[in-house]
Amino acid sequence: MRAFVVAVFCFLYLPIALVVLFSFNAGHHASELTGFSVQWYGKALSNPFLVEALKNSLFIATTSALLAALCGTAAALGLQRVGARTRAVFDALLGAAIVVPGVVIGISTLVALVQLFGVVNPFLASLWPNDQPPRLALGYGSIIAAHGLFSMALVAMIVGTRLGSLDRNLVEASSDLYATPLTTFRSIVLPQIMPAVIAGFLLAFTFSFDDFIVAFFVAGAQTTLPIYVFASIRRGVTPEINAIATIVLVASVLLVVLAQWQLRQRKPSH
Amino acid sequence: MHGNRFRHNLLTALLLGPATAWLVVFLVLPFIAITVFSVGERAPEGGYQAAFTLAQYANLPARATAFWNTMVLAPAGALACLLVAYPVAYYLALRAPERWRLILLALVVIPFWTSLLMRTYAWMYVLGGRGIPALLAYVGIEDIRLINTPGAVLLGIVYGYLPLMILPIYVSLERLDRRLLEASADLGATPVSTFLGVTLRLSLPGVMTGFSLVMILLLGEYLIPTLLGGGKVFFIGNALVDLFLQSRNWPFGSAIAITLVLVSVVVLIAANRISTRLSGARRVDLI
Repeated sequence: MRAFVVAVFCFLYLPIALVVLFSFNAGHHASELTGFSVQWYGKALSNPFLVEALKNSLFIATTSALLAALCGTAAALGLQRVGARTRAVFDALLGAAIVVPGVVIGISTLVALVQLFGVVNPFLASLWPNDQPPRLALGYGSIIAAHGLFSMALVAMIVGTRLGSLDRNLVEASSDLYATPLTTFRSIVLPQIMPAVIAGFLLAFTFSFDDFIVAFFVAGAQTTLPIYVFASIRRGVTPEINAIATIVLVASVLLVVLAQWQLRQRKPSH
Repeated sequence: MHGNRFRHNLLTALLLGPATAWLVVFLVLPFIAITVFSVGERAPEGGYQAAFTLAQYANLPARATAFWNTMVLAPAGALACLLVAYPVAYYLALRAPERWRLILLALVVIPFWTSLLMRTYAWMYVLGGRGIPALLAYVGIEDIRLINTPGAVLLGIVYGYLPLMILPIYVSLERLDRRLLEASADLGATPVSTFLGVTLRLSLPGVMTGFSLVMILLLGEYLIPTLLGGGKVFFIGNALVDLFLQSRNWPFGSAIAITLVLVSVVVLIAANRISTRLSGARRVDLI
């Protein structure tokens, strides 16, 4: 059984290792290793389309993860204060946001937004009869919102789990000692849920940064890094893609390790 | 007292407000929109024209190949995942040395959170002409086609979703009361019958969770069949991309999306039922 487990871990990591290895290959052809070089990284980072896509992805992932962390945490806190029925409805919706396949989230958001813009844009045009009226269109906003939906649900679940295991005695002790609810929240609840919030933020960032299928539908004229990479992969495998893949893989691994580490922080250290 | 209650409710509303708005605007409304679209008609220039017809649903057999591929490869992929995942989860939960357990578990989780696109790309690289086929040609086996086959898609599926299968099984095995295993052995059961009667049985809820999760995600899969199936192995996800982004037949695409969601719901309910029945059976067994 040990041998089988070792084989599975090799299966999980060997292809990734190969991509990383060949990203440092000096030769142009992927068939043989001809020496060490970082030229493909240079090539990748001097490609303006790629850099643009990378910047877009970083912006979208940061914004959607921040919004998701805020709204998801607020929702988890709010859910502690409502009745069982409201809670059940909310939990079902949050569960749906996580479980519904990305391809369905993508197309349904596309359909709904296009319909909505079809109503709003003529209305805006009528308000600006002479000037160039503002036009709503697919782009940053729609990607951020669609990614944020999944991420917010994820944060709400992670923080909700942490709130469930919160030490109630500390909260009661705090109010017994005449702390205001705000003080209790700031000094007792917040420090205890903070690791979960940070982990949720990091996972939300990773999800948004890596997502292809949702963005593919709602990106409009914008390009994210996965969309750019997908398009170039279809044109053919190049060492340049190995370099980008390596950068993305290393970045996601760091973020996930950081998130796991945050989640394992049991108690704040003060 | 009255003011207090009002403040309490106001704060609750403020906390839940943003999330509610988000869920309504980007989950509930879009779902209503595709439901409405799915009973509409395609406008002559593409897009949507209001109507009330079930013609789109009646037209579903036009994409029978995509449904067939998905309905065969999704359960097959989930099953293959399960067969690989179970021994790994078993080892991690019951056999792995304590100090290695968390590290190994992290090594399982990390790939799940790294880009599926990049991980699938890695296999394109390995299976493609310059990867394994080149190695095989080197030892004299020529003309082996690995990429763009159903087998490659299945491999990609196992690779992509293995972590998601291992985790729930690991959780159910880790919770398992070790004394039951000892009791079973003390009562003269062979290791095999202990495994079948106790271990496997008690881990079935985890197996069901993993299986249904992987299966549902596979129903909407697009990247793996596109990159490793090379346009030859079509999934429902491919049909949806085609209908929404290329041929612009939104009503038909909506009907397919709704069908996909309904199939997912059926899978979830079935998995839930089976889990409940299994845990019910477990309770009777223990008495």
